[in-house]
Amino acid sequence: MPVRENVVIRTVSRLAVPFIQVFALYVIVHGASGAGGGFQGGVVFAASFVLMVIAFGLGSVRKRIDNRGFMICSVLGIFAYAGIGFLCLLFAGNYLEYGAIEAALGIPHLHGLLIDVVEAGIGINVMAVMTSIIYDIAEQRGKSL
Amino acid sequence: MMLVHLPVFLVTIPIVASLLILAAGWHDRRFCHPIALATVLFQFGAAVVLLFGVMRGGPIHYHVGGWAPPLGIELVIDSFNGFILIVILLLSAAAVVYAKRSVEKEIPADKTVSFYVLFQLLITGLVGMTITGDIFNLYVFLEISSISAYTLISAARRPHSYVASFNYLVLGSIAAGFILLGIGNLYVATGSLNMRELAVMLPASYELATVHSAFLFLMIGFSIKAAVFPLHLWLPDAYAESPSVVTVLISTVMAKVSVYALFRILFTVFTTAYILDSFPVTGIVLFIAAVAIIAGAVLAIGQDDLKRLLAYSSVSQIGYIMFALGVANQIALEGGLLHILGHAVMKGCLFMVAGLIIYRMGTSRLSELKGVAKTMPVSCAAFALAGASMIGIPPTIGFMSKYYLVLGAFEAGHYLYAAVLLVGSLLAAVYIWKFIEVAYFGHPHGEEHGHAAGGGRNDRGKREAPLSMLAPVVTLALLCLILGMGVEVLMENVIGPAVTLLLGGA
Repeated sequence: MPVRENVVIRTVSRLAVPFIQVFALYVIVHGASGAGGGFQGGVVFAASFVLMVIAFGLGSVRKRIDNRGFMICSVLGIFAYAGIGFLCLLFAGNYLEYGAIEAALGIPHLHGLLIDVVEAGIGINVMAVMTSIIYDIAEQRGKSL
Repeated sequence: MMLVHLPVFLVTIPIVASLLILAAGWHDRRFCHPIALATVLFQFGAAVVLLFGVMRGGPIHYHVGGWAPPLGIELVIDSFNGFILIVILLLSAAAVVYAKRSVEKEIPADKTVSFYVLFQLLITGLVGMTITGDIFNLYVFLEISSISAYTLISAARRPHSYVASFNYLVLGSIAAGFILLGIGNLYVATGSLNMRELAVMLPASYELATVHSAFLFLMIGFSIKAAVFPLHLWLPDAYAESPSVVTVLISTVMAKVSVYALFRILFTVFTTAYILDSFPVTGIVLFIAAVAIIAGAVLAIGQDDLKRLLAYSSVSQIGYIMFALGVANQIALEGGLLHILGHAVMKGCLFMVAGLIIYRMGTSRLSELKGVAKTMPVSCAAFALAGASMIGIPPTIGFMSKYYLVLGAFEAGHYLYAAVLLVGSLLAAVYIWKFIEVAYFGHPHGEEHGHAAGGGRNDRGKREAPLSMLAPVVTLALLCLILGMGVEVLMENVIGPAVTLLLGGA
């Protein structure tokens, strides 16, 4: 495959992917206090997978994480979100009322952490779904990828 | 204590359940159906509890995240959407029971898991649309349900179903675009997205062009989703080409929720003052509804395919519901709401029978179904009962709703339009009779060549569909009758208060 032969693309991707992923994590964690959030971070994270698929081919990326892995990720992501939501109910708040847990446990700024968990859940889910869509497209267009 | 949180459980638990279906289904496909069934039964139970709560103590408001309405998203259940909720979940439950065998037959085995996940998401999205008190949230749930629906329609994986799904996708996206524009305009005019607050703030800007255009955008958008007559073009293909159980769900639940959303926007957000005085639209709606009733029925008569016939009949029946909107007085709206229930029950039953026939006979072309009643007596009897309700023969629910509609039209002085309702009923009799005649009086092929009765298909004797598919059909058919006879209870306790609420009363 011509794509696989290109040393420049492979080397640059190898360098860029960790930075993209760290930036994605930054965007996710930043969601509680400023611009950013789970969806945006998840998309950026998925972009790193897209880059890897382009540079190294679908097969080698799929060896690391396949559709089953993404399925588990997407389920876990939503479960993290819903779990925090239900946790708030146990502390006598409404669904997703983080303040209730914070008030009950007396830990300051706990709501920020809880929001981070929710954002991380969204991020994992978005990353998984986006990448599995890319897998599907790449698979059907050319079997060679 | 957890009862307080029921409104949010109605949406969150099914979403979690749909992912559970995905995870469990990956392990073993047989887990999918029980989880879906348990979820929808839970939802139905919750809806019943909530409706009784509303009847006792007035509307229930739930603030998600503890944020009060202007800031946060609010879930509201009052007598109007409590009633709709019961209707759609009753039909969803029936559809899920029906789904098991139907899916085994019609959906490729490796797609079963994703089918149930999407099925669950479709129901969840529609429930969300029904209980939300925030118009943008309504749009989000609309998209959830629409995207699931597009995929489900193509789930049969035939070339025609892809085309039907694509057509619906295009028109549905246009509709969603209109709705989003309308919501945006309302937000520009008032700065709020909460329905109750919009109703308070809008009167100050009733004369703004922004509000008028918002109204038209929302009206057209939801009319496309509900398949009101000239905008119904996606409907026949989508209904006829999708798998039987999907047809049942989208023809009853989804169509009803779109109509609900239209009513909700018109009466709760814009209020009767706007649609009667500031932007008098009821006259046009009434005219379009009358055309829809006649045109849908005439088109239905011309069909040779049972599912397509029923699809055009839906166009006609949506006309009846819009008719109530056009007359817009207490009695007519009561009739309209009753027709939402009645049409859901009877059309659900009819489409289920169509599905049973496809399941056993492999076709829904009327010309190939001669004498089918001898093979499938129970199914055809259910069809006859629900069909009688569709025509409006007295003890059934279909008669009661049309009766109220006619009374409402008389009260408003629309005598000519009342006549249209009756003509529509007569035409319904013609298209329902088309199937009854073929099923009961048609002779199977073979007899025409001089064989005695008992030849041809009759040799195989009775071959009813499986019990799990037949049970919901019979239940719905009997409901047509029971609801028709117990209509007083329904009117006094549920529909009456709902209409009062819509018209701006207590």
